[in-house]
Amino acid sequence: MRLTLPRKLVLHALLAAGAVTTVLPFLWMLSTSLKPEPEIFRFPPAWLPHLWKWGNYREAMEAAPFGRYFLNTVIYATAVTCSNLLLCSMAAYAFARLRFRGRSVLFILTLGTMMVPGQVTMVPVFILLKRWPLLGGNDLLGIGGHGLLNTYVGLVLPGAVGAFGIFLLRQFFMTLPRELEDAARIDGCSEVGIYWRIILPLSAPALATLGIFTFTAAWNEFLWPLLITSKDSMRTLQLGLQVFQTQYTTRWDLLMAGTVVVTIPVLLIFLAGQRYFTRGIALSGMKG
Amino acid sequence: MAASAARREERTAYLFLAPGLALFFVFVLVPVVAAFYLSFCRYDIIHSPNWIGLANYQRIGKDVANHGVFYLSLRNTAQYAVGTIPLGMALALALGLLVNAGLRGVSIYRTTYYLPVVTSLVAISMVWMWLYDPNYGLLNYLLELISRVASAVMQRHISLPPQTWLANPKQAMPAIVLMSIWRGLGYNMVIYLAGLQGIPEHLYEAAKLDGATPWQRFKAITWPLLKPTTAFIFVVSVIGASQVFAQVYVMTNGGPNNATTTIVHQIFQNAFSFMKMGYASAMAFVLFGIIFVLSLVNLRLLRGGEVEYV
Repeated sequence: MRLTLPRKLVLHALLAAGAVTTVLPFLWMLSTSLKPEPEIFRFPPAWLPHLWKWGNYREAMEAAPFGRYFLNTVIYATAVTCSNLLLCSMAAYAFARLRFRGRSVLFILTLGTMMVPGQVTMVPVFILLKRWPLLGGNDLLGIGGHGLLNTYVGLVLPGAVGAFGIFLLRQFFMTLPRELEDAARIDGCSEVGIYWRIILPLSAPALATLGIFTFTAAWNEFLWPLLITSKDSMRTLQLGLQVFQTQYTTRWDLLMAGTVVVTIPVLLIFLAGQRYFTRGIALSGMKG
Repeated sequence: MAASAARREERTAYLFLAPGLALFFVFVLVPVVAAFYLSFCRYDIIHSPNWIGLANYQRIGKDVANHGVFYLSLRNTAQYAVGTIPLGMALALALGLLVNAGLRGVSIYRTTYYLPVVTSLVAISMVWMWLYDPNYGLLNYLLELISRVASAVMQRHISLPPQTWLANPKQAMPAIVLMSIWRGLGYNMVIYLAGLQGIPEHLYEAAKLDGATPWQRFKAITWPLLKPTTAFIFVVSVIGASQVFAQVYVMTNGGPNNATTTIVHQIFQNAFSFMKMGYASAMAFVLFGIIFVLSLVNLRLLRGGEVEYV
């Protein structure tokens, strides 16, 4: 479509208005994070800090063990991502390429788990982790200790595999040509070898998509770590932000510095892996 | 030989599936059954579950009949859905059309609109709480700026007074809705964009040759061909809206005066603040039922009448 110049300008103006609205809260967060406290409680507020107080960041990070929260979040998000990539791709390979009895039933059941809202299983999974036998001080009947609460295993295990990931990878595997596998099979390559040496390397883009989606989702997860962790040494960044709010006051300067720190890693991942986000949306079956 | 190869393939398949399916069994299937059982029990985690039959469901029924807290949470969740979905989808479609209009440099806009989607809901909620601050918030300042500009332009006094936003029972839910639309826009826009890019260009060219106006082209080509996309976004949005929680928990914790408590917020509070795990499980199954019925209705309504021009 060819557009006339005035029309182009109008379109750009509309797009820019949308962009400003989108970015404004982020800029306000940045600006607040650099203001000294007295400047925050001033009306009308200033767009930029008078005095740029970089010390807010250090003060915010020292208000709670944020180094530990950061480490916990990295461990949690990395472990969930790795286990999803491995387990989803294994299941997806079986569903996409292998013939076995009960394949369609099991596939439908797998997809069916997506229908169950997390809130239904939340309570029993919590109890299950708390009462996990023989771990975390529990006896055989799951009594006596805290089970898998406040552990990395407890955080990761319930989300270690997902039907969405299996579906996404299966769709991708089905588009791969079979010639390479057939050749490898004739050469005596095992199914495991085909999965590991042919299918996975060919699926790098799809795996990257799933990996980025899973990592950012885990990084941003709130409810699950809130339930599973009560010890300070196990909390994640999203939970740590709450230290700046007490019942009566909120340290907005420090809270905004904290949100900047929590937000920047995912924003960087998004900017670096942008095309995988868009591809993931196309892959998840938008072709009707 | 062939039989054993087939058997080997089958064994490999089960081995590949075993870890994933085992996890689904332990963390989805067993918990669903357990939750269903718990919904007929009184259970506080400390004492063992006590079978009380339909009492939890009767209590929900009574609560709804007497306009109690759970009724409010249903009403608020519905308000949230009605507030976010139509407006959010319309804005997403508008942005998608703008981005797809063939301008240069649109990828920057697309990236920008997507930023809120990747940011955590907790962080976003906290930023918006600050924007909504009744005394020092940016939004009240913007209202003041707008009144000043409007007064200057219209040559008479126009005043948009500062609002109390989240502290006001009448404004709290609309404030959460506004923030949620802002956050979800980029996701829906990208899906619309994928749909728009799937529409063949020659249809528009043919319509132009026939002298169709832009509005006629939209009505006859874009909108009908986007129907599957619209249906997808609608279904996903309805499911998402019925589960709204984090922004409520962070921004208002259901208040003021239960004006923003939602279904999931009630489930969470009853299970983990009041330790009424049985009652919470019954609520969760009510939510499950609502989602299930809405999804069926949506799929029924949205199926059929699909258009193929290619």
